[in-house]
Amino acid sequence: MDNKLHISISPHIHSGASTQRIMLDVIIALLPATVAGCILFGLRALAVVAVCVVAAVLSEFLFNLIIKKEQTVGDLSAVVTGLLLALNLPANIPLWQAAVGSVFAIVIVKCIFGGIGCNLVNPAITARVFMLVAFGTMAKAAFPLDAVSSATPLVQLAEGNTPSMLDLFMGNVGGAIGETSALALVIGGVYLLVRRVITWHIPVAFIGTVFVMSFLLDGFDVMAALLWILSGGLFLGAFFMATDYVTSPPTKWGKIIFGIGAGLITILIRFYGNYPEGVSFGILMMNILNPYIESWTPRKLFGGKNS
Amino acid sequence: MAFYLKGAKVPHKKSTSGMSAIRIDAPKTVTIPTVMHIGAPATPVVKAGDSVQVGTLIAEQNGVISSPIYSSVSGTVKSVAEVLLSSGKNVPAITIESDGEMTVNSEIKPPVVNSREDLVNAVKQSGIVGLGGAGFPTYVKYGADKPLDIQELIINGAECEPYITSDSVNMIDNAEDIAFAIDNLVKYLNIKKVIIGIEKNKPKAIESMNKIADSRENVQVKVLPTLYPQGAEKVLVYHTTGKTIALGKLPIDVGCVVNNVTTIAAIGRYLKTGMPLVEKCITVDGSAVKEPKNVIVPIGTALKDVFEFCGGFKAEPKKVLYGGPMMGISVPDLDVPVLKNTNAVLAFAEKQVNSPKATACIRCGGCTNRCPFGIDPSAIARAYKKNDTEALEKLGVELCMECGCCTFACPAKRPLVQTNKLAKAALRVAKAKEAK
Ligand code: SF4
Ligand code: SF4
Repeated sequence: MDNKLHISISPHIHSGASTQRIMLDVIIALLPATVAGCILFGLRALAVVAVCVVAAVLSEFLFNLIIKKEQTVGDLSAVVTGLLLALNLPANIPLWQAAVGSVFAIVIVKCIFGGIGCNLVNPAITARVFMLVAFGTMAKAAFPLDAVSSATPLVQLAEGNTPSMLDLFMGNVGGAIGETSALALVIGGVYLLVRRVITWHIPVAFIGTVFVMSFLLDGFDVMAALLWILSGGLFLGAFFMATDYVTSPPTKWGKIIFGIGAGLITILIRFYGNYPEGVSFGILMMNILNPYIESWTPRKLFGGKNS
Repeated sequence: MAFYLKGAKVPHKKSTSGMSAIRIDAPKTVTIPTVMHIGAPATPVVKAGDSVQVGTLIAEQNGVISSPIYSSVSGTVKSVAEVLLSSGKNVPAITIESDGEMTVNSEIKPPVVNSREDLVNAVKQSGIVGLGGAGFPTYVKYGADKPLDIQELIINGAECEPYITSDSVNMIDNAEDIAFAIDNLVKYLNIKKVIIGIEKNKPKAIESMNKIADSRENVQVKVLPTLYPQGAEKVLVYHTTGKTIALGKLPIDVGCVVNNVTTIAAIGRYLKTGMPLVEKCITVDGSAVKEPKNVIVPIGTALKDVFEFCGGFKAEPKKVLYGGPMMGISVPDLDVPVLKNTNAVLAFAEKQVNSPKATACIRCGGCTNRCPFGIDPSAIARAYKKNDTEALEKLGVELCMECGCCTFACPAKRPLVQTNKLAKAALRVAKAKEAK
């Protein structure tokens, strides 16, 4: 018997959870929306997804290579960012713009700040807002191959027309690749809840606030309020982007405040702002406010001084 | 109480559950350190060449927070020499060569207990310390010099660590000793209520303890959720009584005394027979062990003798633990002895040893969402990196009991318990400086 027993501090076992597995779960959860987008918008949508994902992974890989940092692309978080960004873009966007957006998300928003876990705002959301400002993306959104409508549902709503509820739920309307089918997004969101990757607090507070506020502001009409929550990427944002760990609070009350805040800003922009879309701005604003929310909602310590 | 504290769903791996303990063959030698408890080392009272029997005093108590030590075999004292403990301290240890007879010291007789003082003194003489792992001298908890107002005696039968089943063995096979101890403690310490806390996944132990509770009005079994760490003192007190023990306070500050069920069984045995604590029932398990078993072992037996009794190894052990995988201590070699507070020895083959490589924190909240006390170890790690001791204090790092739930759950495999230990030390240093 040699004396080479391994010495280490407890615990000596691990749950097996990994960053990679969490990211894989997010990718799996985004697949229904991705597939729906590709069916609705055709091969062009697939091309946008491919460009965004490849650009995201490649730029993280090269960034790490250049600054001689340990390679992190294996954690799959760049794939998630690329995919999320793609789902937020219209299928008819020039591919070079999609690529630029992806590189912006990874390099400017994430890697420069220190990589995964260090970004101050959500990379995909920030890139989307950047593209909106820089390229005017989303102004002329693409439409499904067989869709009859001539404007995105939010534009229609703003103009006083009502798209069909079923079309909205199935995704048969104009908009970004991944935001049009609420059904596909809900399936993915439920998967994340079941896998305990996210909790219900942010999506429920976010969507709930948008529902209640649009009910109040749009003539106390339940149907209208439903239309407001089913459109404009709210589900995509509420389930997949507002729940980003790094840029949202860890406690349940923090999450609820975050969700309500994002909902209010969304409504404010939708009803009173210049952009038909408010979800991205809502999340981005709350990302920026997140450190404050976290400091207002510390976890109660059991037997601690603040209990 | 409105809710249960959080925790981690650790694997159970209780493959030895239901196995009654087997007494191992008398070891050839035993090495008994003079520190197997929290407090001052006991003072050796034997020297090389002395002959001893099972139960002979070999080291006497040294001060209030200390405990006497008795020989676990019969034979001849070979040496009294310093050994290096797993805590990193050098302490005297008494090595005894066994004659293989296990002759019992003829002076052993049951203690006469007629009063509180008698009882406390008996527990003191028995050499019993917290047998669940802590090793705090038990008689001190009962009030060494003055009577205490004990509302509840909480008996810890949670056994929440994976693999370990030795507490359950005691609950199932030694219920009479436990009942005898409970009756005496209640009578002489004037205890109002006894609560035995057991995790739900041990129906046999629950059944056995319920038999004790059924015939006694002031004894009750509390079934706890199967969620690590139910056996942690503050968690157990909260889940059995609803009382919160604040930072820096002890159970007695809320009127509770917490004893491990194995400690209680040992007290019962001592009161009945007068045989002090010289042997331990321990679980021997782990992926490297050929025949996992529960065994009764003389204190001081080298781990290699214990493993040998269990069929030796089926794979080369790479990591060997005192205690369970969540809070156990890894040992440097197999010559280290079984101590008073050892409840299990586990040996693992290579693949469970590799410490996973840490990656960047993704702020997932997995750690803080598992912490029974609501501590955020990821925030502590950030504050520690900045050497911000003020923030460390606010974040409650001193509350951390090092249960390991956070490290266990962290997807980035960050060594959070380790950082918490370092952060606690940094805060202590900063506070000491401030006090100057
Ligand atoms: S569990 Fe690990 S990765 Fe998640 S917040 Fe805690 S330290 Fe960071
Ligand atoms: S912070 Fe301390 S008490 Fe909390 S889970 Fe981690 S080790 Fe346990």
